[in-house]
Amino acid sequence: MSKNNIAVNVEDLSKIYRLGLKEQTSEHFAEMLWSFVRSPVKNFRKYRSLYTFDDVDLAGDTAAGEQSDSILWALKGVSFSVKQGEVVGIIGGNGAGKSTLLKILSRITPPTRGSISIHGRVSSLLEVGTGFHPELTGRENVFLNGTILGMRRKEVTRKFDEIVAFSDVEKFLDTPVKRYSSGMRVRLAFAVAAHLEPEILIVDEVLAVGDAAFQQKCMNKMQDVGQEGRTVLFVSHNMPAVTSLCDRVIWLDHGQKVTEGPAQEIVGKYLLEGVDTTAHRVWKDSSSAPAGEFARLREVRVVKKGGDVTGHYCIQEPVGIEMEYEVLKGGEVMLPHFRIRNDNGILVFVTLDHDPEWYQRPRPAGRYISTVWIPGNLLNEGPHFVECNLITRHPEAPQFHEVDVVSFAITGNMEPGTARGDWPGRLKGIVSPALEWETQYRKE
Amino acid sequence: MIKPPGKWEVIDFQELKDYRDLFFFLVWRDIKVLYAQTIMGFAWAILNPLIQIIIFSIIFGKVAKLDTDGIPYVLFSTVAIIPWAYMSEAMTKSSQSLVSDQSMLGKIYFPRLIFPVTPVLAKLVDFAISLFLLLAVMLYYRISPTWNLLLLPFLVVLMMSVPAGIGFWLSALSIRFRDVKFAMPFAIRMLIYSAPILYSASSIPDGYRFLYSLNPVVAVIEGFRACLLGTEIPWEFILPGAVVSVILLVSGAIYFRKMERVFVDVI
Repeated sequence: MSKNNIAVNVEDLSKIYRLGLKEQTSEHFAEMLWSFVRSPVKNFRKYRSLYTFDDVDLAGDTAAGEQSDSILWALKGVSFSVKQGEVVGIIGGNGAGKSTLLKILSRITPPTRGSISIHGRVSSLLEVGTGFHPELTGRENVFLNGTILGMRRKEVTRKFDEIVAFSDVEKFLDTPVKRYSSGMRVRLAFAVAAHLEPEILIVDEVLAVGDAAFQQKCMNKMQDVGQEGRTVLFVSHNMPAVTSLCDRVIWLDHGQKVTEGPAQEIVGKYLLEGVDTTAHRVWKDSSSAPAGEFARLREVRVVKKGGDVTGHYCIQEPVGIEMEYEVLKGGEVMLPHFRIRNDNGILVFVTLDHDPEWYQRPRPAGRYISTVWIPGNLLNEGPHFVECNLITRHPEAPQFHEVDVVSFAITGNMEPGTARGDWPGRLKGIVSPALEWETQYRKE
Repeated sequence: MIKPPGKWEVIDFQELKDYRDLFFFLVWRDIKVLYAQTIMGFAWAILNPLIQIIIFSIIFGKVAKLDTDGIPYVLFSTVAIIPWAYMSEAMTKSSQSLVSDQSMLGKIYFPRLIFPVTPVLAKLVDFAISLFLLLAVMLYYRISPTWNLLLLPFLVVLMMSVPAGIGFWLSALSIRFRDVKFAMPFAIRMLIYSAPILYSASSIPDGYRFLYSLNPVVAVIEGFRACLLGTEIPWEFILPGAVVSVILLVSGAIYFRKMERVFVDVI
């Protein structure tokens, strides 16, 4: 990575905010009167403290657990760099520091510590329609909003027709924006934003507005921007959008960088966060392994085609689930099976071992590996949990039964051939199979 | 390069120049929007001072019979009220500029100084229109222009620098302390009596003249009067007022720049 092609370099970035503290209440009338008289001084200190921080506040950084109650580290020692032409997603839960990071990158608020160096012209889009004035007409707002977003007047004039065509509101161009429907307003606003030509684009969750068709249009536009070789930093909660747009993802949590890496992998990890299972479970010690009279479970794995153990799958990838077990006493007919649940705890399906070689056939003692392949384009996006079972048939007796023994995450994307195709949002439902459709046209 | 705020920031004129198109559209927006959905439109720019002049002329001219150094009261008050109306409105708008555009403040970056300067420029349109009223009154009283009129451009610049300087200070203060909004109407009322708008500066006792002249509004009003009516130019008011307004402007800009990076955090 040579120094020249780095577009954004963030070093040890921290930002602290002051939180409100519960006010003291007075118990006597005299106290109340005194606190009323003193309140201007107190208020002055309070508002001043919003942006002044002393060494004690800042020290919270090093001595963990000793920081003042009124301090919030919105970002804490975040470093990363983005190469030119890279599309980078920033993900994380609420309060992870994503928006603060974007605000610092777009120079709206300064960092408390650390620095950022940026090479190239930046446009930031933290909101669509910033500065739209309800009294101005659509035409006027295009110019105002365009210059607010950093375009020159000439640039707006040059792209004006394109912007209007993109927005579909030609008819209302000379109507004050206050009479627009909210959808029209958003379309016009996004149309302006979509025609920005910065070297570095910073985008916050703007795809969350408008109807599905419009979101589709936005996604396509974003994809174009990425393909034109611009650098894009993109914050979103829409994981499919992140995986299909971004090359790389940075995951923030509570102001700190958890990890960064290829989009698919990090999004998968993020979706599985807080889930206390893995893609691979081994019982090394045979005495503690789940076992019945006839069989003992030794290992459960989630594997890709080719045998790599991983918990992250694209929606079109087949998922293999393997159980490795020992048959302790030979001569029984056995039925290994899995149950797959989604993150709402809903049972998606049960699958039984029907391998013709062993179906209804007593098994000799020894070690077995039974694998089931869940085809791609079947399970819906999100985390899935595996329950691993084995019973004997005659009579039916459970041998082992492990709930949530392994888990894996399916991430969606907008590749052709998936159930979504180029539809931008997640499809509802327990499964998301890619089905064949046929439409016939009949003349009246 | 983005870094934590330092103690002092200098004004980045290159950056201001880069944003001139935005500046133009914001001023233009303020002008466009001001009289939106009114029947009278820009006629309000004449009606407002006209009504004030009528009221003041009746109360202070006819009823109280204030001494105006022999100038008819309508003429006397018109030449003062028109620049005053501009200054008071520009001042109010400018000090509220950050608070009223705070949604933009938190979502996009451009040089923050544009906020308080915009109303100072936008209000000039009203001022220009109200000059027609001034012209009409001067024609009615058959006042012929003198060489003093050459001073007008300088006085207009001085007239603009007063609300700009005060706007820098108060907008930066009011984003932190909303008290400014409540104190503003009262401060404006104080200012109208602290300057020779309704009465003549010659009624100020000699001993207090210098103190009085430190008020830059006095310089603007007395300057306008002399410039338009052709009376002797009161340099003893104009010079101290101009110095004070330059101090206000520079110190205001410095304070604003010092505070601007934390604006968003304290909204």
